Amino acid sequence: MKRKVVSTLLCAAMVSTMLVGCGGGADNAASGDAAATEEGGDAAEGGTITVGFSQVGAESDWRTANSESMKSTFSEENGYELIFDDAQQKQENQITAIRNFIQQEVDYIVLAPVTETGWDTVLQEAKDADIPVIIVDRMVDVSDDSLYTAWVGSNFELEGKKACAWLNAYAEAKGMDEINIVDIQGTIGASAQIGRTKGLEDAAAEYGWNILAMQTGEFTQAKGQEVMESMLKQYDNINVVYCENDNEAFGAIDAIEAAGKTVGPDGDILVMSFDTTKAGITDTLDGKIICNTECNPLHGPRVEEIIKKLEAGEEVEKQAYVEEGIFAHGGDVAEVEIDGEKFEVTEVTQEVIDARAY
Amino acid sequence: MKNKISNMKNRLTGNSFLLMVTVLLFVVMYVAGMIVFSDKGFAKPQMFLNLFISNAGLLVMAMGLTIVMIAGGIDISVGSVTALVCMVCAKQMETNGASAGMAVLIAIAIGLAFGLVQGFLISYLDIQPFIITLAGMFFGRGMTAIVSKDMIAIKNETFLAWANYKIYLPIGSYSKKGNFIPAYIYPTVIIALLIFVVIAIIMKYTKFGRSVYAVGGNAQSALMMGLNVRRTKLKAYVLDGLLAGIGGFLFCLNSCSGFVEQAKGMEMDAISSAVIGGTLLSGGVGTPFGTVFGVLIKGTISSLITTQGTLSSWWVRIVLSALLCFFIVLQSIFSSMKKKG
Repeated sequence: MKRKVVSTLLCAAMVSTMLVGCGGGADNAASGDAAATEEGGDAAEGGTITVGFSQVGAESDWRTANSESMKSTFSEENGYELIFDDAQQKQENQITAIRNFIQQEVDYIVLAPVTETGWDTVLQEAKDADIPVIIVDRMVDVSDDSLYTAWVGSNFELEGKKACAWLNAYAEAKGMDEINIVDIQGTIGASAQIGRTKGLEDAAAEYGWNILAMQTGEFTQAKGQEVMESMLKQYDNINVVYCENDNEAFGAIDAIEAAGKTVGPDGDILVMSFDTTKAGITDTLDGKIICNTECNPLHGPRVEEIIKKLEAGEEVEKQAYVEEGIFAHGGDVAEVEIDGEKFEVTEVTQEVIDARAY
Repeated sequence: MKNKISNMKNRLTGNSFLLMVTVLLFVVMYVAGMIVFSDKGFAKPQMFLNLFISNAGLLVMAMGLTIVMIAGGIDISVGSVTALVCMVCAKQMETNGASAGMAVLIAIAIGLAFGLVQGFLISYLDIQPFIITLAGMFFGRGMTAIVSKDMIAIKNETFLAWANYKIYLPIGSYSKKGNFIPAYIYPTVIIALLIFVVIAIIMKYTKFGRSVYAVGGNAQSALMMGLNVRRTKLKAYVLDGLLAGIGGFLFCLNSCSGFVEQAKGMEMDAISSAVIGGTLLSGGVGTPFGTVFGVLIKGTISSLITTQGTLSSWWVRIVLSALLCFFIVLQSIFSSMKKKG
């Protein structure tokens, strides 16, 4: 028994010396680094900008593209040090990470929040420490707007307007005299649903389209298919389906084909969609989805723009939108105009798909 | 002299040795972090206090788990209880106008209800604690969704005043710009530490505490010694439920919102903290003191990995699993040694 105790003790001692040893070794390197950065900092005035980014997780391709965009924008070559923390879908992890960023005295905190609520306390801590917070993607619901400096994300209403302006131009080009549209909405209350639905409603009133029905497909393929099936039974004159994301569009296409109708430029029904995921844009190449309006995950450059402005001491807009394209099958419409601003329409080809980062 | 050494040897065997390993591991990890990441603020007192700030709720829950685990049981419902507590408190305060004080009572009531029902089923109907608390876990999560599927932000002024009330300490650190920043804690930390002290006293000095160790160590002999095994178990679960309720409320003060997905998997964090802190899953062994260090070790690992900045945060889980294995192996070595002699 004694022997065992001794051996275990020895084991523990070994492990701890190993840890201490590693710690000590790294310490020298670290302090060397610190000295180096300090010198470099003096030379380059301010030196590297440290950015702490707390990301939701890696649940979808969109999210991964979003993370990659941040990592490539805030790279060492560009003069940044990025501290990246994956919260694994947990708000408490994000709160802990932000507290950690504050103690590290990062220059900027970028937060892609898991939830909209519950940020008051920790953002107040960041504010007390004079660290600007930039929110990306989802909005935060806080009692005091000054708790964050800026928000970067998608303009969902503009996405809706773009899609509708494209449809209007396409209908003119093709000589469609009547548009009978059904809307498969996103999850009711989601900001994407609200913006995209509003874009359609406004356009329908403006261009005199008939909206036959509106029903939620909850952003899923299964629900999108179910809703489309029932709509097809109710109305036999549908010629446009407005799906509020790609998954719903896949479901709708299945339902239409199962009902013996065809989709596409020469078919019975045009399917429109949003998000432009890889699978979505592939369907656009085939013409199954006639027009796919992008929901851009590449937030990095926009966030950097804001940081540069803040570094220069300039005022920044509270809300900044990322640029989002319109991807269409065929080149019938080259560009659309919304409120005096022109937006280019990209004709989907295999090269366009290959060139995309997500 | 010789006497002294043999005395020390006696003291160092078994449980106290495990405890020592835990404490030592924490100290080594933290000091290593302080040295390696000294330029990243790891040496600041606030960094250490943040361990408590971020884990106050977990600490209280882990206390509850330590008690039921010493009693030979388990409770995997605490994460769901937390979500339910947060949701019901948020809902009552935001839509029904309940006061913050009322929310405290609600949290305690929910915790007690879970503790009573689960404890009764486990101790008086002799059902496996894992199954009962699994049911409790599903029930809690399900009920949370029934109360509301939305995220509810808590905007009650009293509640937010509690949540944001910083207690400044006479220590602090200098920022890079040279300003002195005093370190602070939130009231949640004080509550969690007070609860730890109370539980530590209960477990060490009261008849109930000693009965829990006896029941967990060997229920048969505890029964023969004339202890009321069932009642002791029930009490342990009620206390555990109460602590889950309070822990849930502290968690809520940290997150200020109610949401179905909250605190998912938190029960596993609490269990692993207790195990790393020296609590045996088979019962009879463990201390609240060790559990505190278990929680701190978990917090330190994630803090180290976040500070490092480039490692994926999934490494937290990997390191934690390695530590769990390490401690379980140590424990089994010691328990086999005990049997031999």
